[in-house]
Amino acid sequence: MTMVGINESVKRREDPRLISGQGKYVDDIRLPGLLHLSLVRSPHAHARIKRIDVSRAAKHPGVVAVFTGADLQEQLGSLPAGWVVPDLKQPKHPPLAVDKVRYVGDAVAAVVADDPYIAADAARLVRVTYEALPGIVDAEKATKRGAPILHEGKADQGGAPNNVAFDWEVNGGDYAAARKKAEVVVKERIINQRLIPNAMEPRGVVAQYEPASGQLTMWTSTQIPHLLRLLFALVTGHPEHKLRVIAPDDGGAFGSKLYIYAEEVITGIIAKHIGRPVKWIEGRQENYLATTHGRDHITDVEICGDKDGTITGISCSVHANLGAYLSTFAPLIPTILFGIMLVGVYKLSNIQCKVRGAFTNTTPVDAYRGAGRPEATYLVERMVDRFADAVGRDPVFVRRKNMIPAFKNGREVATGVKYDSGDYKKALAMALDMVDYRQFKAEQRAARKEGRLLGIGFSTYIEICGMAPSAVAASLGAGAGLWESSLVRVHPTGKVTVFTGTSPHGQGHYTSMSQIVSSQLGIPMEDVEVVHGDTSAQQFGTGTFGSRSVVVGGSALYMSLQKVKNKARKIAAHQMGVPEKQVEFASGRFVVEDVPDKSMSFPDVALQAYHAKNLPRGMEPGLEAVSFFDPENFTWPFGCHVAIVEIDPATGEVKLKRYVAVDDVGKVINPMIVDGMVHGGVAQGVGQALVEQAVYSPDGQLLSGSMMDYAVPTAEMFPVFETARTETPSPTNPLGVKGAGETGTIAASPAVINAVVDALSHLGVTHVDMPATSEKIWRTIQDAKSRRRNGRKR
Amino acid sequence: MSYLVTVRVNGVEHTAHIEARLLLVNFLRDVLDLTGTHVGCDTSSCGACTVLVNGQAVKSCTVFAVQANGADVTTVEGLAKDGKFHPVQQAFWDEHGLQCGFCTPGMIMTTVALLKKNPSPTESEIRSGIRGTLCRCTGYNNIVKAVQAAAASGRMP
Repeated sequence: MTMVGINESVKRREDPRLISGQGKYVDDIRLPGLLHLSLVRSPHAHARIKRIDVSRAAKHPGVVAVFTGADLQEQLGSLPAGWVVPDLKQPKHPPLAVDKVRYVGDAVAAVVADDPYIAADAARLVRVTYEALPGIVDAEKATKRGAPILHEGKADQGGAPNNVAFDWEVNGGDYAAARKKAEVVVKERIINQRLIPNAMEPRGVVAQYEPASGQLTMWTSTQIPHLLRLLFALVTGHPEHKLRVIAPDDGGAFGSKLYIYAEEVITGIIAKHIGRPVKWIEGRQENYLATTHGRDHITDVEICGDKDGTITGISCSVHANLGAYLSTFAPLIPTILFGIMLVGVYKLSNIQCKVRGAFTNTTPVDAYRGAGRPEATYLVERMVDRFADAVGRDPVFVRRKNMIPAFKNGREVATGVKYDSGDYKKALAMALDMVDYRQFKAEQRAARKEGRLLGIGFSTYIEICGMAPSAVAASLGAGAGLWESSLVRVHPTGKVTVFTGTSPHGQGHYTSMSQIVSSQLGIPMEDVEVVHGDTSAQQFGTGTFGSRSVVVGGSALYMSLQKVKNKARKIAAHQMGVPEKQVEFASGRFVVEDVPDKSMSFPDVALQAYHAKNLPRGMEPGLEAVSFFDPENFTWPFGCHVAIVEIDPATGEVKLKRYVAVDDVGKVINPMIVDGMVHGGVAQGVGQALVEQAVYSPDGQLLSGSMMDYAVPTAEMFPVFETARTETPSPTNPLGVKGAGETGTIAASPAVINAVVDALSHLGVTHVDMPATSEKIWRTIQDAKSRRRNGRKR
Repeated sequence: MSYLVTVRVNGVEHTAHIEARLLLVNFLRDVLDLTGTHVGCDTSSCGACTVLVNGQAVKSCTVFAVQANGADVTTVEGLAKDGKFHPVQQAFWDEHGLQCGFCTPGMIMTTVALLKKNPSPTESEIRSGIRGTLCRCTGYNNIVKAVQAAAASGRMP
């Protein structure tokens, strides 16, 4: 029996199932009469569909049905954007393409068969005649005159002229004036490359329809079962109360399972059509085409300030690649989650940011771990280093000089948002201590004399998490509230089941939520069951993304636990015949003040609540509570990450030698789980910095289209990560937590690239675009050397 | 055309008529309903499907089930003995070596084979030994710790 509190590293309760092969992921669901669905996808990036001949596929033994977009056009509807920024162009997005395909992987037909092998065979027998059109994959070129247009027609007729989805901007202070006064201005063109999320479990859907009741049940690997149910109902017209969405065990997501996807609609509607259960499981190469990608910004950025190291402004102009269609949250990611973060942790008062979202013939782009914040942090932290270099100061000096001083209860910054609490210098100081900066600099100097290339890079990041205050989010374009719900049900024996609207995919909510319950009710974790990811079990919930689950969902749970405790205290006081204020609750018992032997245990009170033979007058029987938590502000985790790299001058290979992460995520429920999330996030950020990149040919073929071509980091790439924390509680929620799921991904890429550039700075290198592959760095070194030689000759 | 195969899986002999093209991983998952072994890619890159075939770590998506005819296969379901976790399973739990759990069965089977070959590997031998199995959640940090803990447990069979 484990009685646990907050801030305890208890082992995860979900693990015994997962380490013994008893997990239940979507592909593990078996139903009688289950059929298998395979999708025919476009091999063209841009083409008109002239004709689809399904006759051979339909006749293939074992095939039950074949559908094209035209067959199901009305039932399938069009996938909407869930976040609408001003003047957003919203072209139709049919789950099965009807007249035109707009990226390689766009689905054009669905084959349903008795067996997945047969479904795949038959999919290859569907003959589609295309009229190929020129494609465009670059977000900047796509908006130039003469580029192929993806969504034809005028804006008010569902078109997107010039492939522009939106123009968005945020400004603070007066950047033009700051620039005029500045002694130093540094410019750079920075590419934040496209990434593929690579959750280890590809997506999958199982749908089962009961014609007699009209009930449709859908198991799907999603982060948002409740929002998905709502969206599915809106898109297809299937009644919301006759739809149950279940998110079973989920093999990772990182933002890539945060949307309504074509395959969810297709599988659900086809199951309804056929009247038998249908399963669709995504292959990995299919995943690379059909599941959203992340990042993909082209940015012209400028930073300005004075020679003493004071930074006065930052300005950027971004082309954000949205892919062929608007994914659910696509308009949010490169706008709000990006633009408002350009202040970083600095006293920057002049900001100018313009973002143009562009359609291209590529897989749709949406949130990938960090989502907008890594792009912003990378720009800010890279440019702070560029600025430090330009004024001849140490990057740590410049960071410290410009940092916002410590504050506990809100501070408004130039982009108009209010940070909750922070002590940025403290995190920096701790990180410097851990790496022993002075010692490292000496080592670096010595190494350079031997021709060795050592570098150190800093990232003093901040992020916006804990999505979100619903009214604020709605004013910025959110199509749904972002609060979270909880239900705490105390059973008559004092055991507890809690229902949360969050929907984890590796974050360990079963454990963290149990800890919150145990700490509040004084009952062992083993007496707590946590139910999530089932729309028939919970009230409406929002889901798991944006490092929000414990911040918003945990707080909703905390609120319900207080309600339960308050009612139980009333019952206990009544039964012990004392005024309520004389009853204290400690270690799972209601004790009468100063009379220690007069007490009732929590289970005793629970039993009385249900037996109801002696309750306070007017009190309803039972013991459960529901809460909805809608925070007043976002949370703003921050910290300082430091990377130390060594570059092989002969091969250009970058070796990550040390990685120090100091994070401040406010209060922590389970330090072991938080550390684990930091490790994983850092690995993804390092992956982006060093190896990962989704590459398209100019005509829209995904060249990095399999796991053999896209570099998912392996264990050999990393050292042991060194993690530590400062703790600045958030004043915006009762638990004081800030969210810990994304820190590593946000902080790591700039730390690593800053280290790479530092290692090469004496050669005159000031910037390297990600990923810093061996080839790219080898070329950078050769170019730098030849520049120096030529310089000397002249 | 179907083939008759007999495969011993987790100590139990199974005989089935199967297609020649059926992958071992699909045989395990779909014919024997042992869904602990996962499929994470289609290029033998991720290692989520790793099982032991005659004691050797094998990516079961790279082997046809007919090739395993007569073989002795161990999956993650077959590791625990007498109601006790295998020391590698225990170490993954103790050291928080998993998050979403999808790569975990493959990672555990890879580790079992690695420690059989090299009972006390160095950190770099561990990293190199598990590089064929991908994890996207943990940054491998606690997986490495788990392998070290299993090696140090003195409980390895």
